[in-house]
Amino acid sequence: MVRSTSSQFKSNVKEALANEQLQHALKSIKTGFVAKRKIASERLEEFEELRDQARDIKTHTIAHMDVYLEIYQQNVEASGGHVHWAANEDEARAIILEICQQADAKTVTKGKSMIGEEIGINEYLEVNDIVPIETDLGEYIIQLRGEMPSHIIAPAVHVTKEQVAEAFKKTHTDLAPDRSLEDPDDLLSEARAMLRDKFIEADVGLTGANFLIAETGTSVIVTNEGNGDLTQTLPKVHIALASIEKIVPTLEDVTTLLRVLARSATGQEMSSYTTFSTGPRREADLDGPAEYHVVILDNGRTDLLAGDFSEMLRCIRCGACLNHCPVYNAVGGHAYGWVYPGPMGAVLTPGLMGLDEASHLPQASTLCGKCEEVCPVRIPLPALLRRWRDQVFERDLTDWKTKWGLKWWAMFAKRPALYHFLVGMKMQVVAKFAGKKGHFKSIMLMSGWTDSRNFPAPQGKTFQALWKERNK
Amino acid sequence: MSSRESILGKIGAALNEAGEKETRYAAAAARIATPPKNLIPNRAQVPPDDQVQMFRDWAEEVSATTDRIENMDDLPAALTTYLSSQNLPSEVKSSEDPLLENVDWSQQPTLTRNCGIAEETDQVGLAVAFAGVAETGTLVLHAAPENPTTLNFLPETHVVVLPRSRVTGDYEATWKRLRDERNSNMPRVVNWITGPSRTGDIEQKIQLGIHGPRRLHIIIVDDV
Repeated sequence: MVRSTSSQFKSNVKEALANEQLQHALKSIKTGFVAKRKIASERLEEFEELRDQARDIKTHTIAHMDVYLEIYQQNVEASGGHVHWAANEDEARAIILEICQQADAKTVTKGKSMIGEEIGINEYLEVNDIVPIETDLGEYIIQLRGEMPSHIIAPAVHVTKEQVAEAFKKTHTDLAPDRSLEDPDDLLSEARAMLRDKFIEADVGLTGANFLIAETGTSVIVTNEGNGDLTQTLPKVHIALASIEKIVPTLEDVTTLLRVLARSATGQEMSSYTTFSTGPRREADLDGPAEYHVVILDNGRTDLLAGDFSEMLRCIRCGACLNHCPVYNAVGGHAYGWVYPGPMGAVLTPGLMGLDEASHLPQASTLCGKCEEVCPVRIPLPALLRRWRDQVFERDLTDWKTKWGLKWWAMFAKRPALYHFLVGMKMQVVAKFAGKKGHFKSIMLMSGWTDSRNFPAPQGKTFQALWKERNK
Repeated sequence: MSSRESILGKIGAALNEAGEKETRYAAAAARIATPPKNLIPNRAQVPPDDQVQMFRDWAEEVSATTDRIENMDDLPAALTTYLSSQNLPSEVKSSEDPLLENVDWSQQPTLTRNCGIAEETDQVGLAVAFAGVAETGTLVLHAAPENPTTLNFLPETHVVVLPRSRVTGDYEATWKRLRDERNSNMPRVVNWITGPSRTGDIEQKIQLGIHGPRRLHIIIVDDV
């Protein structure tokens, strides 16, 4: 698997919390995505009903996934396109490289693709002397900075505009070093100008796919910048990279999903560009790619389908669960250590990489339920997180301190009389130690709590004791 | 065993408990043969004139500009006026859509109209929409020999002609029309376009015109 630091989640979090620039950048999520989603969802009176239908469409499709994929392939081939199947990332990379080499490709422009991140395609192409060029502005910025995306729809959400200016000055060395890049419009114009020639020169365009439509053999990309369209229209070869669960049955079904996608993601009524691509350039067409390839990737998803986490395959990658998650908002995406952060990442990553690597992620949740509340396809994310926690515990991946503490606690909890007696006594003792302050600044063995906040001292009697008194 | 067979086999094994593959295939084929109508929002189920107004309102909300003319004869003058209002040269790279071919362009001698694919130097692309969807102010265009896709994305300014009769309430109506008119033969590319190119990738501030057009101007033609 690609460059994961998920196993170091705890130290990643420490760094993230101490990173002032990151904390500044993360503040924009609440006023941006969260507020805009709320407005968009309230403006469409049928939004909740559409979410139900979106869930049902995905559930139906997953229950018929093999046959829809077969029908999809027939229709792609009928329109002159090629379908390639990749069981894992190695196969996907090899397929893409071979297509690029046959096209004698020197540069490959790229639309935003989370699957591309998942299989680490950029590094692989570079090693094989092909230059990948990210064209989504956010992806371009993090490519220049040598980073992974920190959000599935806003890859550079952790970057400040000063850092963007710094990256541009470092990379665009042909331009005057003393030019002003203070205004975001300067940054926009410079990125537009720099990428223009790249679009035109590229030999292959590689995009992701938000959906694959079985009925028509069509791949769909949803973007705001128009970079995906230039990427797939100008080069002579278009490769669309998608995972198996992107399949949907019909144009009507994809339309329903599109009605909830942008509203949930950015709070737009519809993204600027939704593009439905079916096969290569037709006989009399004046533009469009001469070759059209689709790479369909499994990479662990069939295991999810067979197990307790098949509901995760409904995910349409809108990012709403990230935006609304208190943990994601506090630590950002990089702390999760791999491609998919936030609640959806905390469920998906253990499924795709294994629990040994990602056992911390399902713990990184308060189970507040906000993610499920906003999920456009109603994935029960908190329940799935709990399911992973059970497995972490069963598979003996919980650390000894927690286990020992739980055993110790259970010994008393199983003996209610003793438990109440001891708790009552402990409260009195603890309250006495706290004195008039009413809280502790530090407690031995509890630094995990007291390092960042005070621990309140118990006041008065226990709940059980009060209950007894009042029911007399 | 090929990867295709192993992937489909694993999916099948996971699903077979719920029913045979033949049953699944029949259900899938039936859904595709007669796609179920999903929920269509009420918002745009209004009389045609209101749909046109709704289309304009939503399109303008996402920073497109709109104009309305009586018939195609008014197009050259409307186009010239728009281009000069934006300080753009009076020159367009145009699609060869029959609607545009039948216009008498000579009435605006200062306006140059070239046809073909868009190139890097072209500043204005002129295209004809297949439909306009009132629900969100979305244009629908599709690729064809006379409608190169590059016209929609490469030039900085995109001007789209939309006959009023092609404005519909919802996206579903456009799929129906596309299937009917083309005998279910999907065009190579169908573009839904809702406003000009935009990005929020720098500190979540919306900026227009990152890679696609900076401006989208829609000219609605009443009588075509």
